Amino acid sequence: MERVAIRINGVLRKFIIGEEEGCVKPEETLLQTLRDRLNLTGTKEGCNHGACGNCTVIMNGDAVASCMILTADCDGAEVTTIEGLENPRTGELNTLQQAFVDHSAFQCGFCTPGIVMSAQALLNQNPEPDHEEIMEALSGNYCRCISHYQVATAVEDAIQRMKEER
Amino acid sequence: MGENNYRYIGKHVNRADAKELITGRRQFIDDIRIPGMLYARVLRSPYPHANITRIETEKAEALPGVKAVLTYKNAPGWKCGLPQHRKVLDSRVRFVGDSVALVAAESIEIANEALKLIEVEYEQLPFVLDCEEALKPDAPQLYEEFPGNIIPKTTPFSEEPFNQIHVGNVEEAFKESKYVAEGYYCYDKWPHPLPPESPGVIAEWTSPSAVTLHYNGGAPHLQKFNTEASIPGVAVRVIACHAGGSYGSKQLIPHLALQAIALAKETGHAVKLMMDRTDHLLSYELRQGSRIRGKVGITEDGIINAIQGMWYIDSGMSSTYAQAMTAVGLGEAQAFCGKCKNWDLDTVLVATNHSSQAPIRGFGGQELKGAMIPLVCTAIRAANMDPYEVFKKNFVKAGDSYIWRDYKWWEVRSVDFTAAFEESAKAFGWKDKWKGWEVPTWVSPDGKRAIGVGVGVHGNADIGEDPTEGFVKLHPFGSVTVEICIGETGGAQRHGVQKMVAEVMKVPFDGVQLVNSDTHGTGYDAGMIGSRGTITMGTCAVRAAKDAKRKLLQLASEKLNIDVDELDTENFMVFQKGHQDQVCLPWIAITGTPEMTITGVGVYKQNFDKPNFALYFAEMEVNLETGEAKLVRALEGTDVGQIIDPVNVRMQAEGSFGAAGADTAIFEEMVMDKKLGRFMTGNMIDYKWRTFNEFPQFDTVILESQFNTESFHALGFGEISGSPAPSAILMAVSNAIGHEVKEYPVTPNVVLKAMGKLGTDQAATSNQ
Repeated sequence: MERVAIRINGVLRKFIIGEEEGCVKPEETLLQTLRDRLNLTGTKEGCNHGACGNCTVIMNGDAVASCMILTADCDGAEVTTIEGLENPRTGELNTLQQAFVDHSAFQCGFCTPGIVMSAQALLNQNPEPDHEEIMEALSGNYCRCISHYQVATAVEDAIQRMKEER
Repeated sequence: MGENNYRYIGKHVNRADAKELITGRRQFIDDIRIPGMLYARVLRSPYPHANITRIETEKAEALPGVKAVLTYKNAPGWKCGLPQHRKVLDSRVRFVGDSVALVAAESIEIANEALKLIEVEYEQLPFVLDCEEALKPDAPQLYEEFPGNIIPKTTPFSEEPFNQIHVGNVEEAFKESKYVAEGYYCYDKWPHPLPPESPGVIAEWTSPSAVTLHYNGGAPHLQKFNTEASIPGVAVRVIACHAGGSYGSKQLIPHLALQAIALAKETGHAVKLMMDRTDHLLSYELRQGSRIRGKVGITEDGIINAIQGMWYIDSGMSSTYAQAMTAVGLGEAQAFCGKCKNWDLDTVLVATNHSSQAPIRGFGGQELKGAMIPLVCTAIRAANMDPYEVFKKNFVKAGDSYIWRDYKWWEVRSVDFTAAFEESAKAFGWKDKWKGWEVPTWVSPDGKRAIGVGVGVHGNADIGEDPTEGFVKLHPFGSVTVEICIGETGGAQRHGVQKMVAEVMKVPFDGVQLVNSDTHGTGYDAGMIGSRGTITMGTCAVRAAKDAKRKLLQLASEKLNIDVDELDTENFMVFQKGHQDQVCLPWIAITGTPEMTITGVGVYKQNFDKPNFALYFAEMEVNLETGEAKLVRALEGTDVGQIIDPVNVRMQAEGSFGAAGADTAIFEEMVMDKKLGRFMTGNMIDYKWRTFNEFPQFDTVILESQFNTESFHALGFGEISGSPAPSAILMAVSNAIGHEVKEYPVTPNVVLKAMGKLGTDQAATSNQ
């Protein structure tokens, strides 16, 4: 029996791949596993064909569309979802999340988890991106209410706050 | 305005739902799990018009996990639409994507498998996609009850429907007009509102005559009313989930709701029916097509004096609420041409074989104005006048009148947007940039690129539409609840009302809680439509809060034997003004034990005497060799009376890009294969949308002229922010290239065609 082990938000999760009841089917996507098995419903299903970024999570350091990744292919991966950003003990928001709250960088908020995860992946890799780099990193994230300008403000403010924290 | 020393109004306050949204804990409809809940899928038609001649479901029914399969043969006969015409399932399909059969199963995967096992044979019928073709005598007919494909002009607003304007004497007025011009303009590329979260419902029967419906729109009482009208004798409770965007398109989800309710009845389980993105793009509702053929007269001093024409409205295969949009669009035309005394403007609402039209942000007004502003501009161009000056002179203001959707004359009170016109034009630099009709603002030295500017204007009196009833309750230990049915689709209306009540009660912002948006626990409210929330919900909340406060102080007056006028309340304490150190008691000391809730009542009734206002300036750069046109800068101006939250109102203006707004003039469209009658843009790669790295400079001018409303002098705005944009963009491109562009969106093909650089044959080929 094929097994995969994925560290999700710091917790090692083990799955058996197979067609039997309860197993992760070979065609099951990471998005389905997160939402339907682990109840991590903060990751949203938008288009389910890799175009809208609503389902973005961080996998091995990169922002990825979880609807385009098969769970069976994730053995050994490190995955962070929106639920994994806050302090797990105190619930305190991380700096980027708090900046989004303070700037109301969302309207309906459906695309927000995906946007936050794309921005977080960028900041993890490049702590001081310029405006163009931020907008480029978010270019795969669909937002229809048009919170783009406020998102840019929030990310730029988060960069400043992180600098002060360092 | 500064002189009001508000705690919260006009200042940015973090939203109460912010933390839930930013941590992923906020529950959207697809996150709801009800014990025993089944999942539904819809088999959809591959043909634009056909009769189902044979349908076999035995194999699908036999698949383990399948709980019900419905076809036209065994589905309930309920209908929705206006007037009711769209069946839960029909033996005839009327567009590619129309419903053929419904399946409820233990999982989505099983339901999808079952769809493949349903055998269907069709008799294909001739179809019609074009609304003017559909009016011809030999055109294919969609409904027996709609002869000639004309959808009846019934409206929900008045006994005699408002669907034409016949006022004054148009023929005489044309004679008096110095400039008269005619034209034919279309705004009819069916752009998609495309909220990130697809439409969805969960239906569950709680008794033989009662259904609970979860849905992801923002107008639960309207949905309740709509669904109860379709299923006589059944009480429908509607719970509005936090919606992942709607832009009007999900405020009513009539057909999906009936399908889920039918499956829930058949199975005895809760049934979730959520569209996937393909269904959402290809089978849900689009912005209605709009065309106008007409004639406009202008006097020597720039007054639009006479308007004559026919407005063709392409409703697709159904009308959810199109007649209402017609009525509102006509009202908005009068707000635009507020000085015009001579009208002869008729309308026709046409059924065609593509997806249904829908109420979308802009609600009839954007559709009409997308075609009507260019029409009016034919006369302004003939007069060689500055369109901004003509718009300013003609926009309705206090003292003018219009016929609104209830077919009554309304006199405009309180509002005057002249200052907003002037401040916005100044901030954009219109006077410097406007060089004349079809004259570019700038041309690159090599002559390969040019910039042009354009302007559009819009206003809508629906901001005072429909009643709101509600309560504000004061609890003894120091908290306040607001029992008004307010959905959340992104506009932060709950936040606005929370602020207003906290302001009236002078309590901390988070000391005010709003009940969930559920028709069971709230009085009537028409929902998040028409930007009505600020005035209607706001006024109701302010009245209820003031009533509660009055009752609290009256009770305190009786207990303390102090004149009520000497008492006030702040931070859940009642005190004597000027003697706070001596008389200052918590609410519970006033209410006493056993505890008693103090309930304030608020009722708002509709009123159309104030339109809102949006002025949009666009600066478009065009590559004259390739025809590529891009927005380099835009500015939107308005006057909202009083800003409730500066961040949220600015984002409403920025929302003008999305939801089939400004970008419908630049690149957004559903592309139709006219031979097959099938849309080709069924995913989010083929349907174009603006990405983060493509947003240009966007500025706002938001004035606060303290209009006469009880909602802190504020009025709503977001509904119309995209409405004036398409025509402004068309004008800007025309000016950049020196030729009038008459077609949306301004793709390279359209631009090159307007410049005469693309032959008709080439244009036709590249349109395929």
